[in-house]
Amino acid sequence: MAKLKEVKNKIAAVTKTRQITKAMNMVAASRLRGAQSAMEAFRPYASKFAEVLGSLAERAGEGVSSPLIVPRDEVKKVHVVLCTSDRGLCGGFNTNLITKAETFAREKTEAGMEVSFTSFGKKGRNWCQKAGFSIVKDYVGIVGARFGFNVATVSSNELINGFLQHDYDEVYLIYAEFISMARQNPKIKQLLPIPPLQSEETAEETGETPYLAEHICEPSPGKVLGDMLPRSISVQLYSALLETSTSEHAARMAAMDNATKACNDMIENLTLAFNKARQAAITAELMDIVGGAEALRG
Amino acid sequence: MAEKTIRLEVVTPEKIVVDEDVKIVMAPGALGEFGVLPGHTPFLTTLKIGSLHYQDAAGTERFAFVSGGFAEALPDKVTILAESAERSRDIDVERAKRALERAQQRLAEKGKREDIDFMRAQAALERALYRLRITSEKTQ
Repeated sequence: MAKLKEVKNKIAAVTKTRQITKAMNMVAASRLRGAQSAMEAFRPYASKFAEVLGSLAERAGEGVSSPLIVPRDEVKKVHVVLCTSDRGLCGGFNTNLITKAETFAREKTEAGMEVSFTSFGKKGRNWCQKAGFSIVKDYVGIVGARFGFNVATVSSNELINGFLQHDYDEVYLIYAEFISMARQNPKIKQLLPIPPLQSEETAEETGETPYLAEHICEPSPGKVLGDMLPRSISVQLYSALLETSTSEHAARMAAMDNATKACNDMIENLTLAFNKARQAAITAELMDIVGGAEALRG
Repeated sequence: MAEKTIRLEVVTPEKIVVDEDVKIVMAPGALGEFGVLPGHTPFLTTLKIGSLHYQDAAGTERFAFVSGGFAEALPDKVTILAESAERSRDIDVERAKRALERAQQRLAEKGKREDIDFMRAQAALERALYRLRITSEKTQ
């Protein structure tokens, strides 16, 4: 009988767990919709921005002089912006991002560079602390929640200032690229100095020929471009944050879906075991009764 | 037949604020306010913080707030990419007033702070002032 009780308790426990994972799955699904619609809303801006930036860059050609595009001769200090989630229970999502950051940081430290971090998300921050990297700034409560463009503006201004004051020689961005519901990919991108040929890279979606050639630009193409470059950092950061948020929810949804399925399997097996045990107990009792009756009659 | 119109699109990272046919657009360019009528020559400029003023297809004057961005004018279309933009009726007056007070307070004690704070406070002040000015001009 002791075994029966045990199995019964276990079934109850797993059922409760399933309830939680199911609820988390649904919450993640609804947040995912929010994050995806934010990504949708950003698309018109991003594609127009990339279009104008690309054709301006082409037109201004070599004439652009912005300190943001000049590579440093000697790279000593590398800064990494690491986007992770605040909360766990989303499968390998954070681990993947952190592994990427770890490999990258190790590479740079082995090459004699100093690595520092700006972290979005608790998980990345905790890792930085444990691994002993210095954290210049950390933001909590942004990834996975609703946030505005100003978050990206404020943070990218700090990055740009740091770069201009030679606190960093290079700035990288690590975030989770949202490929599909089932696939999120950790990705590294160079933010500063702004890599050349950006026009081709960012304009990949538009696929149009440059059309700005005829435009009158005020104050001048170079000046307009100079004004746009710092903003392009915010645009990239904002889009990375949006993608990371969307990826987080997608990852959590998948993880919770798996957990729910595992719970179902477990409940099925346990119920089977429970029924078998119960049947065995009944049989044993019957045997006892039959045996007793036989003995009496004899 | 009615007058010709030009398409006006105001886009921010968070949403499309305006997307309609208008008769004329007046925008705060970096080198001064400029107006765009249908058939404008291709033109690209950065924008200051300020008020965007346009006349919709029915001839009603409308105002909107724009900050930080640039404008592209084509013969049949004006696109404005701004970091933030609001139609005058969507401006949160209370919030703007609070922002104004905050900015003024910060500017008053500027001597004690670093200059970056000062720049930001000044920009905030400018934004708040324009927001309030737009709402008081006309409520559309």
